[in-house]
Amino acid sequence: MQQFPCPWCGHRAEGEFHYAGDAGIDRPDRTVDDKAWAHYLYFRRNAKGAAHELWIHSAGCGRWIVLSRDTVTHAVTGSEPMV
Amino acid sequence: MNAVKRHYSGWSVLREGLRGQTGWTKAWHDRDPAPRYDVVIIGGGGHGLATAYYLAHTHGISRVAVIEKGWIGGGNTGRNTTIIRSNYFYPESAALYDLSVSLYEGLSRALNYNIMFSQRGMIEVAHSEAELEMMCRAANAMRINGVDIEIIDRDEVLRMAPILAPDLNVRWPVLGGQIQRRAGVARHDAVAWGYARAADSLGVHIIQNCEVTGFEIACGRVTAIETTRGRIVADRFGMAVAGHSSVLAGLAGFALPLQSYTLQAMVSEPVKPCLDVVVASSSHGAYVSQSDKGELVMGGNLDRCPSYAQRGNFPVTQSVVASLVEMFPSFASLKLMRQWGGIVDTSPDNSPILGPSPVEALYLNCGWGTGGFKAIPAGGTLFAHILATGRHHPISAPFDLTRFDSGATIDEGHAGVAH
Repeated sequence: MQQFPCPWCGHRAEGEFHYAGDAGIDRPDRTVDDKAWAHYLYFRRNAKGAAHELWIHSAGCGRWIVLSRDTVTHAVTGSEPMV
Repeated sequence: MNAVKRHYSGWSVLREGLRGQTGWTKAWHDRDPAPRYDVVIIGGGGHGLATAYYLAHTHGISRVAVIEKGWIGGGNTGRNTTIIRSNYFYPESAALYDLSVSLYEGLSRALNYNIMFSQRGMIEVAHSEAELEMMCRAANAMRINGVDIEIIDRDEVLRMAPILAPDLNVRWPVLGGQIQRRAGVARHDAVAWGYARAADSLGVHIIQNCEVTGFEIACGRVTAIETTRGRIVADRFGMAVAGHSSVLAGLAGFALPLQSYTLQAMVSEPVKPCLDVVVASSSHGAYVSQSDKGELVMGGNLDRCPSYAQRGNFPVTQSVVASLVEMFPSFASLKLMRQWGGIVDTSPDNSPILGPSPVEALYLNCGWGTGGFKAIPAGGTLFAHILATGRHHPISAPFDLTRFDSGATIDEGHAGVAH
């Protein structure tokens, strides 16, 4: 079992966290066309390697965090509160 | 290397037995890339090889190359748990996956290669009254779509799989189930090798250890690809690279609505025959069948986060094993022999993407997620049609990439069926 760092709780078992999608996806203005809206909803970078992801520490403090994680090695290199 | 036209039969096995097995030749040629083809297919898995075969066989286009960065069938085609079924909810999916099951039924003969398709049936177990009711709803939809689904009661489930725990006073008792009797398992390597051999004999070039490193794009159209074994020009390019679809699309300058996850599988030590049907449980998130070698082939849900690591992480391994031991208490005494992972490309609606890409002359076969193996013959048939004609087949049209813009998604993920 891998341990993930929570900015609030320290290192905890990965099973306490749940993945919730890419970090840093901005909701576009509601006047954008269907293509731009679909891009926002569905199209993803799907990075091989370094990724920034939203996770929730659901079985811990319940806070949303941003994990810097490598999708090839699974190494977690950073963790910060979601702003 | 000698040519490969030889017909496999009982007679050829007998004759080679008498001649000391000296007359067998390699099943296909390992080619060097030519500078130019009509169609280049990127990805030598089941879908890529099947597409090449149908391009040559059905459409008469034989200047075709399949290029593969590793060895053919070494990705998800060789890593899945070999289940073939078509119990999907929506009419569009039923047409697609049922075409695939039908083609699988005749595939050994069509390819002159024994893919060992064993239509032993697959049971999806229901563990509560509510689950059984939803299962009946799904089964009714499937029957309207022409798929052979039956609801069976608890006694019939336990008769077909007597090693299932019969207890009623447990978390998830066996209350009934859904069966597709035409479903089953096949030899996954044989599917790749059979298509490769048949395509090769029709003149298709199979090029291994050849990775795409870039696309040459002029006026929005792909004209050539750069590979680790040189530049290749073609009229049309098809990509069938599963979990690495986003990486390849990135090289061509566009994004896809895909997320790559590890899907893991594992086998126990081999034991005597004890289970002659595929058993799956959505509540447990696990499924199992017994291989011809006697190993119990097991799998479950996707790993918990996106990944390009072909190994899988521990929490899901643990949950699959724990679930199956709860369903089949006798499995507790078995040792796990091997565990591995494949990288699957999941789409937002858990349906595949087939058709043109945002770049001209480059076509997509991706988004199969956890269910690519069962779809190989249909994926190959439809993708060959698209590459040969430049137009959709009626069955592939609903799976175009533009469905995400229009909102006409085919959401098998929320249809309450296994996908």
